[in-house]
Amino acid sequence: MAKAFHPGFVSANDLATGRVIYRTAEGRWVQAPEQAEFITDAGAAAARLSAAEAEGHIAVGPYLAPARPGLRGPEPAHFRETFRASGPSAPARVSWGADHA
Amino acid sequence: MLDDAAYLSRRAEEFRAQVARRLDGSLTEEEFRPLRLMNGLYLQLHAYMLRVALPYGTLTPARLRALADIAERWDKGYGHFTTRQNIQFNWPRLIDVPDMLDRLAEVGLHAIQTSGNTIRNVTADPFAGAGAGEVADPRPVAELIRLWSTDHPEFQFLPRKFKIAVTGNAEDRAITAANDLGIRITERDGRRGYTVLAGGGLGRTPVVGQVLADFLPEADLLPYLEAVLGAYNLAGRRDNKYKARIKITLAEQGVEAFRAEVERRFAALRPAFRGADRAVLAELRVRFASPALRNAPTDSYDAARKADPVFRAWADTNLRAHRAPGHSIAIISLKPVGGVPGDATSAQMRAVANLAERYGYGDIRAGLDQNLILPHVHLSDLPALHAGLRAAGLATANAGLVTDIVSCPGMDYCSLATARAIPVAQEIARALDGIAREAGALSIRISGCINACGHHHLGDIGILGLEKGGVESYQVTLGGRPGTDMAIGTRAGPGFAADEIVPAIARLAGAYLALRRDPGEAFSATIARTGPAPFIDALYQETAHAL
Repeated sequence: MAKAFHPGFVSANDLATGRVIYRTAEGRWVQAPEQAEFITDAGAAAARLSAAEAEGHIAVGPYLAPARPGLRGPEPAHFRETFRASGPSAPARVSWGADHA
Repeated sequence: MLDDAAYLSRRAEEFRAQVARRLDGSLTEEEFRPLRLMNGLYLQLHAYMLRVALPYGTLTPARLRALADIAERWDKGYGHFTTRQNIQFNWPRLIDVPDMLDRLAEVGLHAIQTSGNTIRNVTADPFAGAGAGEVADPRPVAELIRLWSTDHPEFQFLPRKFKIAVTGNAEDRAITAANDLGIRITERDGRRGYTVLAGGGLGRTPVVGQVLADFLPEADLLPYLEAVLGAYNLAGRRDNKYKARIKITLAEQGVEAFRAEVERRFAALRPAFRGADRAVLAELRVRFASPALRNAPTDSYDAARKADPVFRAWADTNLRAHRAPGHSIAIISLKPVGGVPGDATSAQMRAVANLAERYGYGDIRAGLDQNLILPHVHLSDLPALHAGLRAAGLATANAGLVTDIVSCPGMDYCSLATARAIPVAQEIARALDGIAREAGALSIRISGCINACGHHHLGDIGILGLEKGGVESYQVTLGGRPGTDMAIGTRAGPGFAADEIVPAIARLAGAYLALRRDPGEAFSATIARTGPAPFIDALYQETAHAL
């Protein structure tokens, strides 16, 4: 049986920095999930993933991450994606050093 | 002997060229991924992660300063000490990694074989050379195995990763029975040899290692290891990664059949080992000779204990018996209550390096419990050491207590994780801090997925984070323990939601305090006496009421 389709956005990691990135409707890669293209059908998802995979010089491991509509744009629909979008929930020591990124 | 500096420098240069080709598009990710993994570079949830091996957990001040430099210059100013004597940097940029490898190479460190289906970093008793009751320092043997296994052409593409641990002490702090191969240095009738365990491991199929060789003569170690790895390389399954570890090979073949194949191979290999390995081992024993421990009065230690209750509390929890009179092993807890287990900032690493130089004969160890250790400190130096640690925020007096929680990075960092582990550790530590001293030695270990990097099976209380129905769920195991008589904890029952797990563990700790005969009765002894039922009742008390 075919896997049920869930709406989402295309996410990956930035090749140079490893940071979490999202693909916009214009084909740009951004760090803000709310700017991502919200994809609601399987055909569009396959096309966007195919395009993202061709951008391996920018994005590593693109996949369709589950998302839902939010007030400012799409937002993560699974806790793993929420953590990917927001960063570690326990940054106690991170604040001791400068973020060079 | 292997020229580490030249070899590591060449490897870093090679990786620099590979990174350049990846960034200019000459290499695809599919082509680049195995190359970066060979150099310990993972792509995690939020960023790249560089895992650096700290062979057998031994560090020098120069090495620790190099790690501090790396954290400060190319990461976010901290490093994360793991449960296998590695350190992980969670935020490097790809383009910076070759520079990081160069800096590591300057002090003989590297990230080679910290990933992939190879022989991983060889671990050892972190109290090596210092622990009371030691038969022999395991580090020369561990170093011999490291030299033999690094870039060994036959063992770069094993069926699965392969972990080796060595101990020279009857008290097994290296958790040898939880490794693919565990080596215990023993003495019989005045002769030194090795008990070799095989097929131990945690993960989705936790297994206590079985004895493969009861007493292997000292001279036979490397040919025997080569025979074991050769037999596994051929027999280990490559059709299913979940059945590819040697523990499954042993379960499928039976230990007798596997041993027979090893012995057949050993007989063929043995003549080729004509003594060069033993000559190297003899050299290494000289290199790992004990520092010249000094003789001095210890009155100042006694006086500080009497005068300073804060020092006394730290000394009571964080010191362990040294083999030599007048000395102690000092555990530097990387578990501040509410902090991230195993994290240390660059400033803290430098502070430890300075303190080790001043008070610890320049010797530092990384434990398997995510703490650091100064293995040799004269008692008279302990008050000053403690003051230095306090100034660096490193004097948490909780080694071995319930707040000294082992935790993997979980879903805060790891791409394999199914739930968070660090925040659970932080909240439990806060919740139980008030009873930590009363509870005494009580271990909690947390993993954020079935791969069990937090060694949850080995905790008095183990916590495994999973996903259930789209939310985090935490299973509890009871009665695990590391050590010579390693035992795997038993699952207590259904899992707890993220907001239920901390109160559940608090009830469990409360039950232990109520059920134990006296403060000297360990959790494992209490549960052995009472059976798990009263603990399980306490754990599910609130859930039962809700039903």
